[in-house]
Amino acid sequence: MKYTFDFASLQEYWPEFLRGALMTLEMTAIATVLGMVIGVLCAIGRRGKRPWLAALCGAYVEVVRNTPYLIQIFFIFFGLASAGLKLPIFAAAILTMVFNVGAYTAEIVRAGMDTIHPGQIEAAEALGLSVPQIYWDVILRPSLERVYPSLTGQFVLMMLSSSVTSQISAEELTGVANSVQSESFRSFETFIVVAVLYFLMAMLLKFAFFLVGQAMFPRRRRLGTPL
Amino acid sequence: MSAVVKLHDIHKSFGTVEVLKGVSFEIDRGEVVAIIGRSGSGKSTALRCINRLETIQSGTLEVCGHRLDQPTLDLRALRQDVGMVFQSYNLFPHLTVEQNITLAPRRVKRLPNSQARALAQASLERVGLAEKIDCYPEQLSGGQQQRVAIARSLAMQPKVMLFDEVTSALDPQLTGEVLRVMETLAQGGMTMAVVTHEMTFARRVADRVIFMHQGRVWETGPGEMLENPQTPELQAFLSNGL
Repeated sequence: MKYTFDFASLQEYWPEFLRGALMTLEMTAIATVLGMVIGVLCAIGRRGKRPWLAALCGAYVEVVRNTPYLIQIFFIFFGLASAGLKLPIFAAAILTMVFNVGAYTAEIVRAGMDTIHPGQIEAAEALGLSVPQIYWDVILRPSLERVYPSLTGQFVLMMLSSSVTSQISAEELTGVANSVQSESFRSFETFIVVAVLYFLMAMLLKFAFFLVGQAMFPRRRRLGTPL
Repeated sequence: MSAVVKLHDIHKSFGTVEVLKGVSFEIDRGEVVAIIGRSGSGKSTALRCINRLETIQSGTLEVCGHRLDQPTLDLRALRQDVGMVFQSYNLFPHLTVEQNITLAPRRVKRLPNSQARALAQASLERVGLAEKIDCYPEQLSGGQQQRVAIARSLAMQPKVMLFDEVTSALDPQLTGEVLRVMETLAQGGMTMAVVTHEMTFARRVADRVIFMHQGRVWETGPGEMLENPQTPELQAFLSNGL
């Protein structure tokens, strides 16, 4: 191997890389919040008493989990455009991320909810709590605590796979990398830099999840034992 | 004496299995009723009908003025009047003892957060566990967890309390500490329906004992009836149990 590395020639592109990385983080932050909301609602819908809603949520989850992400992106971006709804690229990228991660989150959250012992729900009912209160206080919080590591992994994965949105020319980190390498002719170095940046961002996201978990689950913070 | 719990000719089936075949009994205000019987005799099911954890197929059922056999039933109002303690404690594992006790008062009765701790403290004192207010359930013994469950139920100031085999998961020593708390409650005038296998408790504390057998009230009477059973079924049940 006679390749000579030349990272110096990438120096002028630093602002580009940073802009791309920030955009990736921004998309990730928005999609994480919205994806959690969709996932939780969908998990509740699937467990609920209305058969049509359970079927609808089930169909959504199955469709998303059994089709390629890239096809979903094209479907939403080009499909909606030909239906007359032209979304800005940023919005379309986030929409696809939420659409995708929502289904995976729903399954994780549903698995967590299934671990709640029926006795917990009976005790809450006997105390006079309403169904929404039971969901919020007795089912959702311990469920999320139980599946929190899986959720963290899922959202890190979502951040990494957001690179696919460069295919609809979203100007996130991978999109930036593509233009940088075609301008500088330093593809290997460019993608090494990008890989390191993704790695650092993944660590950052994990740390953010850790901090949120510490705030959300005081019992785990104090005792450190699994529920 | 006015009856606060009135069951009349209650029928209840799970699928094709009829577990309650016309159960009738009443519980007066301040009365402690022990419900005994074999597993599968329908005693737990009868208890669970009283606060509507089970729905009945036919019969009339009135609890604290709420008609459970009517579609107009206000379920939340009923549940505020009837407390229940379970065999498996069912404390919420992610909440502290204080939060377990104050969750329902805060959510259902809109108790201000500033008064929550005092309420938890007062409820815990009644079960002798005031020092455990900041613990999580997993840090307590089974007997302590069950006493917290009793305190949690008391904090809603119920008019009737249901106990569903609350000592069955405990060793004799822990059973003793839970039964003593229940005895204190009984002496304080609480209306109680207690499904139990503790014959000594039934004899000593209960005002009346109901023996259920094959989905029916088989024999009923004061605690002394356990020393002098009238039916062969109760005789057999007691001789096997003792």
